[in-house]
Amino acid sequence: MLVQVVPRSATRDAPVWAETGGGRVWQFLPGRGWLRLISLLAVVGVWQLLSATGVLPATRLASPVTIAHTAYTLVTTNSPTYGTLQASLLVSAERWGIGLCVGVTIAVLLAVASGLSRIGEYAFDPVLNAARSIPLLGLLPLFIVWFGIGDLPKILIVVLGALFPMYVNTFAGIRGVDPKLGELGRVLGLSRWELVRHVVLPGSLPSALTGLRLSVVGSLLALVVGEQINANAGLGFMINTAEQFLANNIIMVCLFMYAVLGLLADGLVRLVERRALAWRREFAQ
Amino acid sequence: MSRARTTTTATAIANDQVAASVRDLSKRFGNRIVLDELSLDIKAGEFVAMIGRSGSGKSTLLRALAGLDRDVSGSMAVAEPVAVAFQEPRLVPWKRVIDNVTLGLRGADPDRVAAEALAEVELTERRSAWPLTLSGGEAQRVSLARALVRSPSLLLLDEPFSALDALTTISMHRLVLRLWETHRPAVLLVTHDVDEALALADRVLVLGDGRIAYSATVDAPRPRDRNHPDLTALRLRLLRELGVPMGETDELI
Repeated sequence: MLVQVVPRSATRDAPVWAETGGGRVWQFLPGRGWLRLISLLAVVGVWQLLSATGVLPATRLASPVTIAHTAYTLVTTNSPTYGTLQASLLVSAERWGIGLCVGVTIAVLLAVASGLSRIGEYAFDPVLNAARSIPLLGLLPLFIVWFGIGDLPKILIVVLGALFPMYVNTFAGIRGVDPKLGELGRVLGLSRWELVRHVVLPGSLPSALTGLRLSVVGSLLALVVGEQINANAGLGFMINTAEQFLANNIIMVCLFMYAVLGLLADGLVRLVERRALAWRREFAQ
Repeated sequence: MSRARTTTTATAIANDQVAASVRDLSKRFGNRIVLDELSLDIKAGEFVAMIGRSGSGKSTLLRALAGLDRDVSGSMAVAEPVAVAFQEPRLVPWKRVIDNVTLGLRGADPDRVAAEALAEVELTERRSAWPLTLSGGEAQRVSLARALVRSPSLLLLDEPFSALDALTTISMHRLVLRLWETHRPAVLLVTHDVDEALALADRVLVLGDGRIAYSATVDAPRPRDRNHPDLTALRLRLLRELGVPMGETDELI
């Protein structure tokens, strides 16, 4: 049995791996990027095996091969019932993209306003925190009453899904900037605007980017639910229609597409993070 | 150019020979008096070290002179510009070394001025480094360069070497003396290290009970021999003023 001994002084604030160097070991293994794919491929393989041997009935869960074939058919043929997969994907991506951009923009503006001034904080922060505790998806019926069944309520729900995580994290990031750097700014004679531009906003960026990643997830969830309501186009419409025909292979293709959208956006944010937070990354290496 | 800062009265410095003039400066936190009608003059180009036990108000005085603590009574006037180097280097982590030095710097060609200052502290090759990759001594040298590019009339140093190892501290002392001899700002160094004060300063002040309890001029030529008899005698006196108990082992200190 291995017993890890950590000095008493280290247990309190230093992470254990920093003390032992254990966290570094993985960095020196070759090709650790694609190694992560092994478990994923194994799951898909077992799934296919269980489907092929009939353990998983096709009426419940389509096999990976069936799903791939369904996706291929949906892309290549324009069925009168479903349309094409790429057209639906485009409609959904557009709703999501608009909602995410609008939500994130509003969130950043509000966070900057309430982060930088007491008046702004008292004006916006209590309202936003109260609104944040309303279950987002519970608002859908109300949105339909207010905005009808077109694209507007769907986009608005995406806006809200993106807004709150972005606001909370950006606000916390702004308020979390080291006050000692604020003092430094005063000593260096920075104007208020220079302080905001050189110290406060860049200092809030790590937290804001974490908020952006949460916003991507939150708004995607809002999109999935929002699209179930009276959709006549988009992935949600495809799922609703497939549900009526018990076509679980098509439902799964659509779910897979949602996942692809989420992964792409998350990858994009990670890329931005790596560039914008280079000052932190080099420290970690 | 001079400027006065206070909550009560204000005087401007009319004399080019004075870098800072403090009169009856008082500060209290609740019932605790931190500064008690303290008065102090610093001549232009003079290197003053201020020592005191923790909580003696030495940092409070420095912060008041830096304009970071306006909640004081009394009057003070300082010769502009004032620059500060803090105990922690306080580099902005998301700005490269050179951009930290030029931060807030007005005037023509700040990059050239900053590059010269980095050369003076021997960090030219680290100009594009991120602050988090610097060693403690390097970061403190950047902090000095950042203070230096402002061509200060008064340079405030708030225990800038207390977090560095002994060897780095020695080279930092040499660097500070060299920079001071080249640029001749008045310096107020706040420290708790008697030897540091003796190695660097023209005048050593001991702060106690919110006032200047003791003041001594150090005449020994620089670079100073730590075992110079004048310094040895003064060291004992300063330690006594600081309330360090002295016994038969005095000679060993």
